[in-house]
Amino acid sequence: MKKVFSRPKSLVDCQTHFCPGCTHGTAHRLVADAIDHFGVREKTIGVSGVGCAVFMYDYFAFDAIEAPHGRAPAVATGIKRVHPDKIVFTYQGDGDLASIGTSEIIHTANRGESITVIFINNTVYGMTGGQMAPTTLLGQKTTTTPYGRNFRNDGYPIRMAEMLATLEGVAYSTRVSMHNAKEVLKAKKAVRKAFEMQIADMGLTFVELLSACHTNWRVKPLEGQKRVEEEMIPYFTLGVFKERKEKDFL
Amino acid sequence: MAEKTLLKGNIALAQGAIAAGCRYYFGYPITPQNDIPEYLSAELPKIGGTFIQAESELASINMVMGASAAGARVMTSSSGPGISLMQEGMSYMAGSELPALVVNVMRVGPGLGGIAPTQGDYFQATRGGGHGDYFNIVLAPASVQEMFGLAIKAFDLSDKYRNPAMILCDAVLGQMKEPVILEERGAEAPPARPWALTGAKGRKPQFLKTLYLSDGEQEAHNLELKGKYDLLRKEDVLFEGKGLDDSEVVIVAFGTVSRIVKTAIQMAGDEGIRVGLIRPITLFPFPAEVVRRTAKKIRRVLVVEMNTGQMVEDVRLSIEDKVKLRFYGRPGGGIPTPEDVLREIKVTLDEKGF
Ligand SMILES: Cc1ncc(C[n+]2csc(CCOP(=O)(O)OP(=O)(O)O)c2C)c(N)n1
Ligand code: SF4
Ligand SMILES: [Mg+2]
Repeated sequence: MKKVFSRPKSLVDCQTHFCPGCTHGTAHRLVADAIDHFGVREKTIGVSGVGCAVFMYDYFAFDAIEAPHGRAPAVATGIKRVHPDKIVFTYQGDGDLASIGTSEIIHTANRGESITVIFINNTVYGMTGGQMAPTTLLGQKTTTTPYGRNFRNDGYPIRMAEMLATLEGVAYSTRVSMHNAKEVLKAKKAVRKAFEMQIADMGLTFVELLSACHTNWRVKPLEGQKRVEEEMIPYFTLGVFKERKEKDFL
Repeated sequence: MAEKTLLKGNIALAQGAIAAGCRYYFGYPITPQNDIPEYLSAELPKIGGTFIQAESELASINMVMGASAAGARVMTSSSGPGISLMQEGMSYMAGSELPALVVNVMRVGPGLGGIAPTQGDYFQATRGGGHGDYFNIVLAPASVQEMFGLAIKAFDLSDKYRNPAMILCDAVLGQMKEPVILEERGAEAPPARPWALTGAKGRKPQFLKTLYLSDGEQEAHNLELKGKYDLLRKEDVLFEGKGLDDSEVVIVAFGTVSRIVKTAIQMAGDEGIRVGLIRPITLFPFPAEVVRRTAKKIRRVLVVEMNTGQMVEDVRLSIEDKVKLRFYGRPGGGIPTPEDVLREIKVTLDEKGF
């Protein structure tokens, strides 16, 4: 019988702590797939942010470190400068990257560090129980925006992929979604491209993945995927915002 | 005799780091330590090293953490507000058992304060400074020669214990010039780092973390860390002791102010007053044992600091209640004169002084 589906070698065979149906698991798989695809498992070092994916090191079959909340890009910078030949990536949530860690991601991107950033935008702080994230949509109810996010009080949802695309040091910035199989396949290509460009040492590569947190959105998993499609995508446009074609550094 | 070179303290420290094999520096400018990054930004690229001016001290310490996790000897330096920003990272480094050198050329505070010399960060340095149950290894140089030598020592201790080490000094030590012997001997070869993240080639994947959620895991981890601190207290206490057998009073002072104290001790000697000195070189581990032993014989102790009284607490904890203990300090950039200290010596000897 022909095997059409198997676990990537870069994933450990174990049960995760993610809520059933959470797309963090999908994103992990996409990362593992890319690392297997390029055969770089033995030279990959992952850096986890603090959020629901903090236990990343239990699920991936390569070296990893847990960074302080928001600081993963700085930690990754230190690692990559010591091991320029290794594949280094960060895996961060929207609270981690787009709130407490904005300074680190912007300057790491601006230095053009040759790392890949996997950014999980699920519009809430999953791990701490569903508080407002910088990506929370206007009107969206969270445990700290019980009346819905109001721009006068809370500002606007932040679009990281577009913002980072403005920086010279960024080689690739894209936003993809994981709400259905077709989109997951596109996301898979994007994640592969991000690692491919890192291997070619072209600058920082950034993949924003729209992700559902049905637990904190208080909806059923399938309704969560629907919400990504119907509410998130209209605001968080999918697409490639920057793609360097060659090492065209200034 | 080895040749002497006239060097500024901050530069001697940077040269010590290079002699120790440090090739990575990440930092953010702040006075009075800017000579260190400026010097290393010129020197490190020449010897295959990396210098990054980070966007903040938060980023600096996390770059240090990454480089250390990757297996490199690495350092940062800062002062006051910058060191405060690094406390989160230092806590993570102690928790994930990562060595590195952090230099604090202290400036006065609280707040922005000013760049005048002070010893106001003793508590922050010796009590861990960040959150959680941990300590930094803290070394306090008192000369330009020690700025060089203790930088090397700090790297060695940091590696031995897999724990951040700090050099605690001030603008006087950073800015003054003194002749230094630049020992040929570098640091001890850094011990192998089988725990470093180098890619899981030919071995199992490994990771560095601080989060322990299962039952009893964190407690076991904390007790393991405690084991290291206990060993430090046993094996790696450093101090300079003078006149600890037959003096009438003993002074405990570290760093810059110990130099002033030495002058005062000479002046006292000229007047026929015998004064001993204990100069802690490691502030953590604190030389509690020599203080305890000495105070059994010399029943009057004077602590002199450039703050409102911080190390004095460690001295108090080391001696019996019956020992007469006096504190003299000047905070906020005030520097005691030898005459001030001589006066305090006399008050300490006088019954009415207590
Ligand atoms: C300095 C600091 N502040 C706050 C926290 C608490 N905290 C842990 S995870 C988190 C937010 C996680 O949200 P996100 O990054 O969006 O990840 P998700 O769980 O949604 O994947 C917060 C605030 C912390 N660990 N450290
Ligand atoms: S809380 Fe949300 S983000 Fe976290 S595992 Fe559950 S569904 Fe996923
Ligand atoms: Mg989130």
